[in-house]
Amino acid sequence: MAPLLELKNYSTHYVSARGTRVVKAVDTVSLVLNSGETLGIVGESGSGKTTLALSILRLLPMAARKTDGEILFEGEDLLKKSTEEMRQIRGKRIAMILQDPMASLNPLFTIGDQVSEPLRVHEGTPRRTAWQKATALLKAVRITAPETRVREYPHQMSGGMRQRIVGAMGIACEPRLLIADEPTTSLDLTIQAQYLALLRDLQREHGLALIFITHNLGIVAKMCDRVAVMYAGRLVEFGPVRKIFDQPRHPYTRALLQSIPRFADSRNRLTAIGGQPPDLSAPPLGCAFHPRCPDAIDRCRGEAPPETGTTNGHTVRCWVAGS
Amino acid sequence: MTALLEAVDLFKHFPVRRGVFGKAHGAVRAVDGISFTIEKGKTLGVVGESGCGKTTTAKLVLGLEDPTGGALRFNGEDVASLDAAGRRRYRRGIQAVFQDPYASLNPRMRVGEIIMEPLITHERHDTPELKRRLERLLDLVGLPARAAALFPHEFSGGQRQRIAIARSLALSPSLVVLDEPVSALDVSIRAQILNLLRDLQAELGLAYLFIAHDLAAVAHMSHTIAVMYLGRVVELGDANTVATAARHPYTRALFAAALPSHPDEKREEIVLAGEVPSPLNPPAGCHFHPRCPSVMERCRGEEPKLRTGIRVACHLYE
Repeated sequence: MAPLLELKNYSTHYVSARGTRVVKAVDTVSLVLNSGETLGIVGESGSGKTTLALSILRLLPMAARKTDGEILFEGEDLLKKSTEEMRQIRGKRIAMILQDPMASLNPLFTIGDQVSEPLRVHEGTPRRTAWQKATALLKAVRITAPETRVREYPHQMSGGMRQRIVGAMGIACEPRLLIADEPTTSLDLTIQAQYLALLRDLQREHGLALIFITHNLGIVAKMCDRVAVMYAGRLVEFGPVRKIFDQPRHPYTRALLQSIPRFADSRNRLTAIGGQPPDLSAPPLGCAFHPRCPDAIDRCRGEAPPETGTTNGHTVRCWVAGS
Repeated sequence: MTALLEAVDLFKHFPVRRGVFGKAHGAVRAVDGISFTIEKGKTLGVVGESGCGKTTTAKLVLGLEDPTGGALRFNGEDVASLDAAGRRRYRRGIQAVFQDPYASLNPRMRVGEIIMEPLITHERHDTPELKRRLERLLDLVGLPARAAALFPHEFSGGQRQRIAIARSLALSPSLVVLDEPVSALDVSIRAQILNLLRDLQAELGLAYLFIAHDLAAVAHMSHTIAVMYLGRVVELGDANTVATAARHPYTRALFAAALPSHPDEKREEIVLAGEVPSPLNPPAGCHFHPRCPSVMERCRGEEPKLRTGIRVACHLYE
């Protein structure tokens, strides 16, 4: 069976107005996602994970003037679609949930208007039916008293409810793929647990594929089937979640996993990663991680490592681990 | 031995005023009768969700807000009855590091001026002495001496947080309030700062009041943990016990909601219904009873107290 989503050597480069400066926000990324699966894209700020998500939806800002490679969704290359065709896909077949729910809701419209909007736009559902569906959707995301809530406005909701409403908008047209960009960072722990449980139930009921964009390895451990680790625009490691947690191959993945505090061994010193994340407008030559890498060899300083190990679905970009 | 800082039945209610004459219509019970102690050289971690009163507690400890009831004792002295000189001593003894190092450093001041400002405000020093102190502080937090001449924008988030830590240490405090000190930093930088804070504690004998929503980080840093819910401490105890063998139903749910560090790590599945109620009109009896999975009849009317011995405010343990 063909995968639901496949990226083949995909790149997005931001080019400055005069064309003098190029930032390789996403650089030759390849990955696959099957229907009903969950993919976690992890990385620090500036590692290119949000640009990657926006690339899939073709919502990149004007400065992203150079894109390359292929993004195959249900076998069709999204980069070859016209603007009108993309509009048919966004919100209907691929939906996205953003980090700040207040920024994705219009304060001047009722919840019912906003949740029913995708249905009316994409499926031409009449207003009355769409509102009935919106009420059902609010119920599906476990909003209590949905009949009254549909007539209320975003400011009358709490943070957790707003995030669930954005989730309801996301699944309104039963998309095949839902991309969630840091969906729980603004939520409290117990509310985050509620929300993640909800996403999981929705996924099971609708056979959704999910992409989680996060810096939190805990969310990956809890939710994801596959993990893509990004560093400075490149996918440094990609594979099944257990493989990545048990046998991380890239030194960055390994260091990241060792640097997070755990409940079990609380009095031990953490293994910190030295140095700073690189400046993407002037990344280090060769492998971008080499200045912080404990295993760096001479070759890492001059030449960027290729992706290796594609056969077993666990790939890594590293001269030391990949050979 | 007297504790470094002792809070006894501390209250902070903010009146809600309405109308032309600003008549008080009820109060937000931000901190509603809490007691804790911080020992010299130890860390008290405070966890809880937004609105539970963590930050108000920090402000009370820092003397930025005055309590509406109860007492704070610093080195055995009641803070409310201190004279001006005593108050100054108290303020010098407790310093703070905040969440966002992009907001907490003045962009127009050089790093050296930022770090030295508390010293210049509180003490008189000749220039060579100041310079020596500055170099020592920069060295303590792992920054090069030339950093003093630069501006904050020339530093990354992690380095800025080091500058903020150096400033908090300038007056040699005995307690540092850390309000979410790593949550604005990149994941790969957090461990550096947490390690630095632990090294400084060992080297200088500092006590910390550590506030964070990352439970694993709090468990990692703290000797004692206080769990707050709607202005009250519901459980207080040894960090390890609270993190691994919690008793209060809220603590159990909170730690169950913490994310696993490995895909195979199974946590208790407790998904709480509903959300934290408003502190303006908290539920009667135990504040947690509307969401509690083991609620009993008496929880609805009678407030459970945190007692000595097992320090859990819950009727289940009486």
